[in-house]
Amino acid sequence: MTTIEAPRSPSRPARRGVNLEKWGWIYMRVSGVLLVVLIFGHLFVNLLVGEGVKAIDFGFVAGKWASPFWQWYDFFLLWFALIHGANGMRTLVNDYTNPGKVQTTLKVALGAAVVVLLTLGTLVIFTFDACPAGSPAELLPSFCPAA
Amino acid sequence: MSESATGTLTAPEQPAKRSRPGGTLYRGNEGMWSWVLHRITGVAIFFFLLVHILDTALVRVSPEAYNVVIGAYQTPIMGLGEVALVGAIVFHAYNGLRIILVDFWSWATRHQRLLFYIVIALWVITMLGFTPRHLINVFSH
Ligand code: HEM
Ligand code: HEM
Repeated sequence: MTTIEAPRSPSRPARRGVNLEKWGWIYMRVSGVLLVVLIFGHLFVNLLVGEGVKAIDFGFVAGKWASPFWQWYDFFLLWFALIHGANGMRTLVNDYTNPGKVQTTLKVALGAAVVVLLTLGTLVIFTFDACPAGSPAELLPSFCPAA
Repeated sequence: MSESATGTLTAPEQPAKRSRPGGTLYRGNEGMWSWVLHRITGVAIFFFLLVHILDTALVRVSPEAYNVVIGAYQTPIMGLGEVALVGAIVFHAYNGLRIILVDFWSWATRHQRLLFYIVIALWVITMLGFTPRHLINVFSH
């Protein structure tokens, strides 16, 4: 006698363990909400306050990063935005390429870019030197001994 | 229909339009355009961010190097580019919030189309506030 399976029973057993795609999906949404705040704040302070872009120079950045608040602000902006963007780009690679060498190459390149830029960006924020020796005094922030 | 009285076959009077494939689904409607725009703006912001982390890294090279490159952000052409960039981000941000609402809140799922027009309206308002102020900064001083 043939047994007939219940309608809609899965053709293969459900995978066990952590569902990475699900966490990626959740990450896109959680990071998205945080990024609205972080990016709008970044753009407000850098483009709208005072003279906007015209006010940005080395001294401007030195002034911001003199405070741990802006250092950590930029740290979270960097990590949330880059990982969100790269994960979104991964979706596009999945959509527009077939599994195979090209797809793997693109994903490895994407991953490598993320690792390199997260490392670089984080080091830039936390090893920043507001008063590099030998620089023209007029380019340095006012709190430098040379300025 | 005088033609059919003679027995010849005539083409339907209104072809194509009504039988457009997939017309009942996303295709061609707000749902598709919001998705296309969300995708294009997301990619654009991503590539900007790659460059932006590199240009900011110049603060570790020297004040001179950083000032030269950030000076390029202050030219009129780049000023217009910044309006485009901010326009892309503001759309992606508002539409992203719309996606999140549609995913988690059944009222929003039912009213996704209305929410799309709210996104457009908020985008227009935000850009009306941002653009004049930014362009005055760029074109004066
Ligand atoms: C035209 C618009 C923009 C201008 C003028 C601008 C300007 C700046 C400036 C002056 C800094 C130096 C530090 C600081 O001020 O906090 C910076 C850093 C940074 N910006 Fe922007 N920004 C813009 C748009 C964006 C956008 C859209 C994003 C995110 C997608 C972003 C992400 C970052 C990050 C992550 C850093 C830290 C980089 C690092 O770790 O070295 N910026 N930006
Ligand atoms: C401003 C706040 C932001 C919000 C609220 C937001 C929200 C979202 C949401 C909800 C998704 C959809 C994910 C899915 O369908 O599973 C998404 C996709 C995406 N986001 Fe963002 N995002 C923001 C900022 C950014 C930034 C700064 C970048 C680039 C660095 C970016 C790049 C992308 C890309 C490339 C995608 C994939 C698009 C696609 O699959 O069609 N987003 N975003």
